[in-house]
Amino acid sequence: MKPLPELVCPAGSLPALKTAIDHGADAVYMGLKNETNARNFAGLNFDEKSAAAGIRYAHDKGRKVLMAINTFAQGVDISRWQRAVDQAADLGVDAVILADIGLMDYACRRHPRLRLHMSVQGSATNYEAVNLARERFGVVRAVLPRVLTVDQVRHVIEHTDVEIEVFGFGSLCVMVEGRCLLSSYATGESPNTHGVCSPAKFVRWEQEGAATASRLNGILIDRYGAGEAAGYPTLCKGRFDVEGDTYYALEEPTSLNVLEVLPSLLEIGVAAIKVEGRQRSPAYVAQVTQTLRAALDEAARNPQRFSVKPAWQAALAKLAEGQQQTLGAYSRPWK
Amino acid sequence: MSALNLKLTLGPSLFFWPRETVYAFYEEAATWPLDTIYLGEAVCSRRQQLRTSDWIDLAHKLADAGHDVVLSCQALTESESDLKRLRRVVGNGRVRVETNDLGAVHLASSAGVPFVAGCHSNIYNVDTLALMASMGAVGWVPPVEMDRDTLAAILAECRARALPLETELFAWGRLPLALSARCFTARHYNLKKDDCQFKCLEHADGARLSTREGKGFLTVNGIQTMSDGCHALLPHLTDIAAIGVSAVRVSPQATGTAEVVAAFRRAIAGSAVDMDSLPRPDGACLVDGYWRGEAGINPIGEHHHACA
Repeated sequence: MKPLPELVCPAGSLPALKTAIDHGADAVYMGLKNETNARNFAGLNFDEKSAAAGIRYAHDKGRKVLMAINTFAQGVDISRWQRAVDQAADLGVDAVILADIGLMDYACRRHPRLRLHMSVQGSATNYEAVNLARERFGVVRAVLPRVLTVDQVRHVIEHTDVEIEVFGFGSLCVMVEGRCLLSSYATGESPNTHGVCSPAKFVRWEQEGAATASRLNGILIDRYGAGEAAGYPTLCKGRFDVEGDTYYALEEPTSLNVLEVLPSLLEIGVAAIKVEGRQRSPAYVAQVTQTLRAALDEAARNPQRFSVKPAWQAALAKLAEGQQQTLGAYSRPWK
Repeated sequence: MSALNLKLTLGPSLFFWPRETVYAFYEEAATWPLDTIYLGEAVCSRRQQLRTSDWIDLAHKLADAGHDVVLSCQALTESESDLKRLRRVVGNGRVRVETNDLGAVHLASSAGVPFVAGCHSNIYNVDTLALMASMGAVGWVPPVEMDRDTLAAILAECRARALPLETELFAWGRLPLALSARCFTARHYNLKKDDCQFKCLEHADGARLSTREGKGFLTVNGIQTMSDGCHALLPHLTDIAAIGVSAVRVSPQATGTAEVVAAFRRAIAGSAVDMDSLPRPDGACLVDGYWRGEAGINPIGEHHHACA
């Protein structure tokens, strides 16, 4: 039988890191308090001291810490990104998660023993892209964008020696990660350049009679009636008009949940399953981590007769964005 | 005004047009004052009005007629059949290619085929650009969100390092902003992507996505999301040439591409151009916020009318 995939959980803070470890994460991923990581939100992330404490906590329990340095180094002075890689190596992280191939090149030359993971922001959607990263920079793991069906993931795995990590739960990017500039088109700041999407500082809520409007840099993302639950104006998840129809033209507010296809993911040999959500609370991280831990352990014990327990789905459903869940691209009809 | 040291290129059409429209377009384009013509299906594998072999034949025919031609690769490559088409484009044996993902870079680099790293290549710094050059890139198109000052600094550093790369700027057209596994045009018609009935054929400039207060925001173009605004760098050409950009790209639109190309040519030659009369895709407003380091949607400056 294939080894069980690692469960990789989000750590937006030291409490979230400890919570994830305590609830069964095999590895956590975190980032520094600056624009070198793609969850560059106020109040989140680690300085050198908290990072060291987190790494010690994880290592004492035999778990791993991965550091995400997964925005694209900007312009001529890219020392902040290079310094982040140096810091990660000095701190003794188990791997760095990189998106920028220039930075991968730097990391593999400067720190030949540092394990390199290709971030989902690196947009490797096929094995030719993954294998370029292996040949050139010695990348040992790639996180696939949320665009492939299970069969397409299998095809990638069959054609590379690089470990493949896929997303298991969390907010769903409908666009290929690393290849979406919608946020900077609306606000001037994007995941690639600033490590943010639909940043909070551009969000305004306005009362318009009985309705509430959510705006991003002045652009109307959605409008909610009195009884409607209003969601954060992530710009791809608003309601817009196309040829006279007003609807969620790009994507509903929804979360990805792969429980249903977990046996297939195990069978095709994914190396790790990742939970999105460094911006989430420790309580959220605890719930998702323990639910996926239980599901993975059950699948390992009983791969033939694995079925999704209603209690797991109920636990995750409460945490899902807009209380909605989808298999996303893993299931063909979603496309 | 004196003439500018800038080449003028035609990007690949990002829209889905009927076969005869495509052939008529390139027959005309062959008569326009262009330095380079890019062509090929860069967006969606289901768009097969021209098959890969047709695109390659057309590229070779244009090259035979003396044009400088580049075959553009599909930007989102997922399946083995996508990779097969990619291998045929890269291995066309005659013209260079525009890579739009690392898979294409891998193939071109392994085969020793010179390539232009397209705007989806996520090159945001000189180290990454130099790395691309070491893998065989002869040119690059900066990400469309890159601002003027960042690009100027990168190009100054390129000169300092003597990196011999051509820099081509996306200078006119609806901006390619995002790619997805999902087809938003099929979604609009409540169709599955696998049974999309090729609805993109009905939207020669894509379909406008407006806010609930009726303001144009984005454009739905199959699996691609574009700006509604037409990115227009025509007023900035003097500065663009001064910072060391080698070429400016016009992205094709359903009608009026010839006038846009002619206007750019006149501006490069040093003549004044009336921006306001230029045809825009679906009558969109003109934007240049990205170039000025702002939100991409921000309209062009006060000396021109952003909206028709």
